[in-house]
Amino acid sequence: MADTDPVPSTASARRTVAALPGIVLIVAALALAFAWGAGWLTPRRLTPQRFTNAIEASNGQVWRGFRRAHAKGVCVAGYFEGNGQGMALSDARVFAPVRTPFVGRLSIGGGSPYGLDAQARVRSMALQLDSDDGQQWRMAMNSFPFFGVASVEAFYEQTRANTPDPATGKPDPARRAAFARAHPEFARFADWAAHAPWPTSWANTTFNGVNTFRFIDRAGNASQVRWSMQPQTAFAAMTPEQRTGADADYLARDLAARLAGGDLRWDMVVTVAKPGDTVNPSQPWPEDRRHVVVGTVVVESTTPQATGACRDINYDPLILPSGVEGSDDPILAARSAVYSVSFNRREHDIAQGKAAVATGHQASPEQER
Amino acid sequence: MKRARPGVRFNPVARVLHWSMALAILVMLFVGVGMVSSLSLRPALVELHRPLGIAILLLALLRLANRLRHPPPALPADLPRIQKAAAHASHWLLYALMLAMPLVGWAMVSAGGYPVAMFRGFDLPAIAPHDATLYAVLRTAHGWLARLLFATVLAHIAAALYHAWVRRDGVFRSMAGAAIPLPRVAAPTAEPTETNPSP
Repeated sequence: MADTDPVPSTASARRTVAALPGIVLIVAALALAFAWGAGWLTPRRLTPQRFTNAIEASNGQVWRGFRRAHAKGVCVAGYFEGNGQGMALSDARVFAPVRTPFVGRLSIGGGSPYGLDAQARVRSMALQLDSDDGQQWRMAMNSFPFFGVASVEAFYEQTRANTPDPATGKPDPARRAAFARAHPEFARFADWAAHAPWPTSWANTTFNGVNTFRFIDRAGNASQVRWSMQPQTAFAAMTPEQRTGADADYLARDLAARLAGGDLRWDMVVTVAKPGDTVNPSQPWPEDRRHVVVGTVVVESTTPQATGACRDINYDPLILPSGVEGSDDPILAARSAVYSVSFNRREHDIAQGKAAVATGHQASPEQER
Repeated sequence: MKRARPGVRFNPVARVLHWSMALAILVMLFVGVGMVSSLSLRPALVELHRPLGIAILLLALLRLANRLRHPPPALPADLPRIQKAAAHASHWLLYALMLAMPLVGWAMVSAGGYPVAMFRGFDLPAIAPHDATLYAVLRTAHGWLARLLFATVLAHIAAALYHAWVRRDGVFRSMAGAAIPLPRVAAPTAEPTETNPSP
């Protein structure tokens, strides 16, 4: 080597000593930046994984193969029929006077797939609309008219406050009270939960988008909106006695019975903000805002979720067609992130063969009893 | 030290592709870890991740075609055999991962039942059936292949700097087009460096 190398090997050794720290520094800096980006160096930073862990803890156990939140529900199918009124607000194809088929899901709040239908304060409707221009719109709506909190951190604290105490198996009332004290905005939601009447059916429940979105019209003008699915089925309230007496799958049986008699309909009502209206999902907008009925959700049939088409759908509310965009509402972005982790976990459960009940390969303990 | 023949470089197409993809892949790796670990940035980062991934796939195909038509300059004859083997293996691993990562990602998004959204109003077709087990396998593969790609990129950077600063054998310059001098404080020598090409 020496005969072809003009540089003495001692100089080469010196260069190595001089260069190595630089090389190590550059590689280490990149590796550290990557690890930091992944959250590996900051175990206290709130990530979608840690948020999902908190949800699993609040469920008391992990129900393999099921959604980590709103675990119990049924698949539904039908179509959305636009009436043309939404076209002035948004260029989304579904608002044209056409029928757009959907795969949807009606569910109850809570992490247990064996929750009691008539005891669940929160109900939800999720839709995946596939329009004839090849685009998709996924919605995830709830029966509450506003969120309890405005920030992701508070949402996380709310989840943790509802986690059962291992000693009693129930959430610690002191901890819940402390959460409510620290978050005065939660009072509005607590009041809704305590006093809003309980509809007798999914069919006569109003489902609210809750978060704020932006509709973009053909000319590119944006409107800040929220929306609700308001039932055409007449409202009727359940008494506390009816709720305690109802069987575990009360809502699913009621839905099947009603569908045997015909389709079920909800009007999609869009509320248009005035300039300055907040995107804070714990703050309802004033009642005098403009409301536009843009079409009708028509549910035609239902199937069990274990074998239904909705099972492997992540109803991420930020999967949107052109003409609809998300807003700066931080809860919206967090829902998208946490739903993704929940979806990954349950699909992994299924892949690993740990989800016999969730996939209908094994009867649920309820059915065996 | 026997240098690669002075003036022997990767062809200009290869050099442009290398440096633009180096930037794109590093950005992509950081976007990828960021979007799965952030409660606020996910929507914006996912929107960037998918089209950038497809762009890398197209560039990688172009680069592979260019490489097969224009073989790269030979490594220095005196490079130890084990380093030569490592160089060849890591380069082909990089090519394999540049092609596999976007394809696995595209198939994964398809198997998850998600639209393969590129930009508003334009989706790519699904290349895999909507299936829970297939999705889970591809999702796991995408994550581990990303870690492997990042580790290979780090090894590649370390080796490139070793050639530039320690061996000064023309290998770095064959891709860079010029040498990067080692900062003077770290190299207080007056030896000829890559900036002074031998005749």
